[in-house]
Amino acid sequence: MRALLLRDLKLAFRAGGGFGLGLAFFLIVVTLVPFSVGPQGALLSRIAAGVLWLGALLACLLSLDRLLALDWEDGSLDLLATSPVPLEAVLSVKALAHWLTTGLPLVLAAPFFGVLLNLPEPGYLWLFASLCVGTPALSVIGAFGAALTVGLKRGGLLLSLLVLPLYVPTLIFGAEVARRGSEGLSVSAPLMMLAGITLASLALMPFAAGAALRMNLR
Amino acid sequence: MPLLSGVTFSIHPGQALILRGPNGAGKTTLLRVLAGLQPPLAGAITGPEIAYASHSDGIKSTLTVTENLRFWASVFGSSDIAPALEAYHLTALQSRAAGNLSAGQKRRLGLARMQLSGAALWLMDEPTVSLDGEAVGWFSAAVRAHLGKGGLALIATHIELGLDAEILDIRNYRAKPELAGSSDEAFL
Repeated sequence: MRALLLRDLKLAFRAGGGFGLGLAFFLIVVTLVPFSVGPQGALLSRIAAGVLWLGALLACLLSLDRLLALDWEDGSLDLLATSPVPLEAVLSVKALAHWLTTGLPLVLAAPFFGVLLNLPEPGYLWLFASLCVGTPALSVIGAFGAALTVGLKRGGLLLSLLVLPLYVPTLIFGAEVARRGSEGLSVSAPLMMLAGITLASLALMPFAAGAALRMNLR
Repeated sequence: MPLLSGVTFSIHPGQALILRGPNGAGKTTLLRVLAGLQPPLAGAITGPEIAYASHSDGIKSTLTVTENLRFWASVFGSSDIAPALEAYHLTALQSRAAGNLSAGQKRRLGLARMQLSGAALWLMDEPTVSLDGEAVGWFSAAVRAHLGKGGLALIATHIELGLDAEILDIRNYRAKPELAGSSDEAFL
């Protein structure tokens, strides 16, 4: 298990591993927003929380098709499936590796990118907290989507179509925490909902992903 | 639709069985079912721990030979990769990135993984593809060593491995197509 995590992290950081792609994409999305809505500080600070959440979500989505596709192509997935490690554990570890290489950098960078969008001052803490709590759900739900579409030619697009609707609850409550936080309102209700969604996804999605992957390996 | 039916064989510890049959006869299917990757049409698979070598070796090209083997060693819970490296004469290549290996060297790396599995039953699908004559010899020696320790092996191959093993030609077990008038006919 630890070996799989270390291997996936090593692969991500080596040449062609794609580490940083999501972060760069996030930065570009966030920079483009002021260009498209115009340099109006008040408007930007009203939409900042939502835009940052949406950008983080899309950046996360971008790297999902690599989550299993590479292991499928070189046959590692077959070999892992026949190894003594349970498939659910393999998928959980892969989702964790995805979060560490994609989700965590987004969480850490988001407060800095908030400056670009004139995010109101109390919002930084809650943006950070909501992304911290919400992004693990994006990775495990993504692992389920990747398991469903692995092995399909050009499955990346289908993956996005399948996964984006499943991201809706996380987006609603995550952005709500960041928005209410930046307006100085109480965030406890949406934050608890967000945590609940994440915990439920962490508990259930590896099993759903395992079942989908077993079907796909046939 | 059934592909094979009535296949019967027995392997005892220390024995190997060679699967023969033309392309598309169902050798890979049989091995994948036994490996648990594909469910059988009826029944269930139970038995000893297996190690499966498919057509592709599961090698990460950006990792070195040692890193690739270390990874599989810890997946299978074994620690010493030196014997596996030696058995396939990979010691000199161990710090090379696996992406720079030739096809035969990659295959040797893939086969070295089997050594680390500690599994009793080796299921191997065309293990000698892209191996040269000498490497086939190393492979046979590795299989013999595994059998000598009471292991079992089921190998689909077309070439002579020099193993003292029974041969099963699965072409004789092809499932008969259903008779005319069966439900499938309507969809043809």
